[in-house]
Amino acid sequence: MSTDVTIAAVAAARRPAVPRWVTLVVIWALLIAAPYWLPLLGGYTALAGRVLVFGLAAMGLNLLLGFTGVLSFGHAAYFGLGAYGAGLTLRYLVHSTPLAMLAGTLLGGLAGTLFGLLIVRRRGVYFAMCTIAFGQLWYYLAYSWNDFTGGFDGLRDFHREPIGFGPLTLDISEGGTRFYFFLLAIFAVAVTLLGLLVRSPFGHTLRAIRENERRARFLAIPVERQIWLSFSISCFFTALAGTLYALLNNFADPLALHYSLSGYFVVMCVMGGMRTFWGPLLGATVFVMLQDYISSMTVNWMSFVGTIFVLVVLFFPRGLLGLRRQRGET
Amino acid sequence: MQLVLFNVTNGLIIGAFYVLMALGLSLILNLSNVINFAHGNFLALGGYLAYTLTPTLGYWGALLVAPLLTALIGLAVERLMIRRVYNRDPVYSLLLTFGFAFVMQDIARYVWGPNGLPLGLPDFLSQPISAELFFVTWYRVFMVFVVIVVVLGLFAFLRYTRVGVRIRAGTLDLETVASLGVNISFLRTFNFALGCFLAGLSGVLAAGQIGLNPNMGDDLLMPSFIAIIVGGVGSLIGTLFGGLLIGMAAALTTVFYPSASEAVIYAIMMLVLLFRPRGFMGEEGMMS
Repeated sequence: MSTDVTIAAVAAARRPAVPRWVTLVVIWALLIAAPYWLPLLGGYTALAGRVLVFGLAAMGLNLLLGFTGVLSFGHAAYFGLGAYGAGLTLRYLVHSTPLAMLAGTLLGGLAGTLFGLLIVRRRGVYFAMCTIAFGQLWYYLAYSWNDFTGGFDGLRDFHREPIGFGPLTLDISEGGTRFYFFLLAIFAVAVTLLGLLVRSPFGHTLRAIRENERRARFLAIPVERQIWLSFSISCFFTALAGTLYALLNNFADPLALHYSLSGYFVVMCVMGGMRTFWGPLLGATVFVMLQDYISSMTVNWMSFVGTIFVLVVLFFPRGLLGLRRQRGET
Repeated sequence: MQLVLFNVTNGLIIGAFYVLMALGLSLILNLSNVINFAHGNFLALGGYLAYTLTPTLGYWGALLVAPLLTALIGLAVERLMIRRVYNRDPVYSLLLTFGFAFVMQDIARYVWGPNGLPLGLPDFLSQPISAELFFVTWYRVFMVFVVIVVVLGLFAFLRYTRVGVRIRAGTLDLETVASLGVNISFLRTFNFALGCFLAGLSGVLAAGQIGLNPNMGDDLLMPSFIAIIVGGVGSLIGTLFGGLLIGMAAALTTVFYPSASEAVIYAIMMLVLLFRPRGFMGEEGMMS
């Protein structure tokens, strides 16, 4: 009897203050209406597109970071490979947006899948160190292979192509609202997939590994295989975000492969709350807005960004959504 | 032949920088489990401090004092910030040093300006050692000599002094060392400062060779990571070997195929991860 009461009390305390469906409706409503309310706050539609792109990359990374508890500090590599994959396809192979996205996603995702095999047994900072070093390999490759990738100046001379044929053509070559909704549609599909994955039995095994790896092993969860899968899947999502980045800018630059960007992705996850599903999107929103604002104000934006990192770590380790949850639990 | 010899000496010198930098990183990583992203910025700081001190102390004074000052600043940074994240998820220590690296770089740019600066050397050091070996200045010989002395000193220190032995013991099992009554908080601070001293010293040496600029440490950071991975985490001898190996490999590749000199060190890393995941001299299980 008393246990029933306790369970009910615990369940009541765990139940979020706002029902889940309300959260979802609010998030999607805000995203769909972004082109209309963002300019009122001094933003612009391309900025909202960047939020979606970086948000998707960070959410992809968070499958590994927040839900599996494995620290990759090299996800810019897969993001950048996605961007270069899409850009190179559009420039040298075919003028087709879907094929370019497919090629970019496969390039980044498969690179991650293969590299994951080498490092699944590493843990903690050593895993991170291997991912950083591997990421820089692609940066130097893009940087020094001048004829093919455009070197330091980046890959230009390609642009997004209309999708479909005849009357069913979706012309996204113009920027603006139509392209934003195209990005949002891709984002919605990807995020739905991610959500299903997190709630699936597979997702639960990942969280079991995060909470207690040894116990998960005793429960016959194939820990190395699951971490490898989680790493690969997360790379595929980040690579997809990378292809969208190339389409958004009609440009791919080596900085999309640089380890600083990996750091930005990680800070987006942490700032928003890496133990929550939507946290990385919120973190990406805050980060992209701040970066846009600060870099328009001062040339020393790097020290501002660095200070944000330090402050988040020292005073804000659970992130924005983590704070809310902490308050709900007590 | 001369070209090969030229690149061999180059490789030796680049390798020596990698070694000093990677040894400092490796010390901090082994004992405190922190990847110090700001290590390259401590290197730049050492160089800049030497630049500022040279007019008053002369080159030799600056060579001695600048690394000590760098170590002192490292000590303050560890006390004020880094020690707060030791017991947390590694993601926090990474983000902290990563963000702090940005701040340090901007500070250097603000104080000393964005443009490159030269570090004045005593005259006789800039002379070549002979007419045939015109590309080998005395400075290069001197750098290698300093690195050898410092590395030998470091290993002797870790072997024969009480603090050194404790650092090595802490690398293997910090909890046991703590329960034996060693003040590990002091140990970690000292160890961090020691790592920063090595970074500062390599900064002064590098400044004499390639000059100063705010992001001079960035190019050395990644190879240092690779030197640690290749040599094996947990083994300082391994780091030493790894640094020399990739320095040499990069320089020799320059002879035959210059544009691949960066790629070759990554190729070495991949091969090591593939065939000997713990690194050449790494302890089994140190990396998991």
